[in-house]
Amino acid sequence: MPSQERFAKGPIALFECMQQIPCNPCVDACSRGAITVKEINDCPSLNEELCNGCGVCMTHCPGLSIFVVDYTYGKDVALLKIPYEFSPLPEAKDVVDALNRHGERVGSAQVIRVQTSPNKTNIIWLSVPRELAMEVRSIRLQKGGHHES
Amino acid sequence: MITTEILVIGAGPAGLMAAIHAAEAGARVLLVERADRLGGQLIKQTHKFFGSKAEFAGERGMDIAEKLINWSSDVSGITIWKNAVVLGIYPDGVVTISHEGAFCTARPKKIIIATGASEKTMAFPNNDLPGIYGAGAVQTLMNVHGVLPAKRILMIGAGNIGVIVAYQLLQAGVEVAGIVEAAPQVGGYRVHAAKLQRHGVPIYTSHSIQLAHGDSCLEGVTISKLDEKWQPIAGSEQYIAVDGLCLAVGLSPLTELLWQAGCEMKFAGELGGYVPLRDANMKTTHENIYVAGDVSGVEEASAAMVEGKLAGLYVASVLGHKKDSFTKEFQTAKSQLAALRSGPASVKICTGLSKVVLEEVG
Repeated sequence: MPSQERFAKGPIALFECMQQIPCNPCVDACSRGAITVKEINDCPSLNEELCNGCGVCMTHCPGLSIFVVDYTYGKDVALLKIPYEFSPLPEAKDVVDALNRHGERVGSAQVIRVQTSPNKTNIIWLSVPRELAMEVRSIRLQKGGHHES
Repeated sequence: MITTEILVIGAGPAGLMAAIHAAEAGARVLLVERADRLGGQLIKQTHKFFGSKAEFAGERGMDIAEKLINWSSDVSGITIWKNAVVLGIYPDGVVTISHEGAFCTARPKKIIIATGASEKTMAFPNNDLPGIYGAGAVQTLMNVHGVLPAKRILMIGAGNIGVIVAYQLLQAGVEVAGIVEAAPQVGGYRVHAAKLQRHGVPIYTSHSIQLAHGDSCLEGVTISKLDEKWQPIAGSEQYIAVDGLCLAVGLSPLTELLWQAGCEMKFAGELGGYVPLRDANMKTTHENIYVAGDVSGVEEASAAMVEGKLAGLYVASVLGHKKDSFTKEFQTAKSQLAALRSGPASVKICTGLSKVVLEEVG
């Protein structure tokens, strides 16, 4: 987990990849060389100074286990980027249910941007209450869609 | 009688890689596949693969299938037969094949068997009701033909296939009522399980199915909790209403041809059942028969591809087709396979392999 000082500097990737499995596409995905997997079964380690939170690694991770958080995004809100492989995609400005790691609704999030990817692992940028940035890991679209103007 | 240098049986990830690498070295290869398309199970795999770049990690299985199929058609020296079922391998070296319904015979110098594995099933009352599928059938319906298998489904088995197919069901818009796993923990990769859990799919570990309910089709199932001895605990039964049940309870190597040809077989539960004894070059106890992929022990597709490459390169070299880069390529592939199997997730596989891999010769 990055330090408070690092979080204060801007966006950074979070790796929820805690099990040693043979996998390393994140290493090749990062053009800044910020990710290291020494032996292929090791968990990735991140050079926090080299990582700029761009999120390219998120689209490559087979386990969809990488998230990006930016605590400098707003005063009361943080920016959270999550991988998303469902259809339909939400749209920018949609308000969606914010789900935790167990799929429970913990609040609402607003979609800031939908970044589509040719490999179909799309990235959803969410504005979430600061205190939920470490809890929210998925979303559920609200029925009929809900735009906040 | 068809003559060829190498007959590769099965065009999944292992067979395709074997045929490609043998042909690239200069061998003439006949690749036979019983289905009407190449790629084996890869064509149903919509998820991104683990492994390293050399095994196409980060790419989706169906895209890897397309790459391998295109590669195999670009290499000269491979003849591809689809709808071709190998019927038998005889002591005089003749192989009988039913190709597009016609009976043929072939006399290859060497054979690489890459027939893959088949799904295991489970015995419980009413397990023949419509709506109860193996995970492979669910993937075929959903990912090959675009047909929804059910509206609400329960998955049995939390190995990698169970958690991956459950996720694909969610993506297809099917409600996944849960995953039932008899072991006290999830067997599949935790990141796969996490993808389901954050969408609210419950995982019932130490649980098993007791029976299925329904008259003309599945209406629900009863599951119960298991004690430390894997016995159902009385009173713990719960009914789950579903119109679909998906069994992902393991695979068994498809070894009929190996038995029939007289290869020495050994039981290794860690590898899915009976598998052929073989050396580190994938050669069985039969002088002319080699193996690659799940038929030699159920493992991930990444390992199957590397085994296919090893077998293809080696068999070609035995027949005198040795590229200048042979030693380097062969050793690199061996290290790649060793690296894939070096972690804690492969302990079981390695235990199984230690029972069936013979000392390296030559």
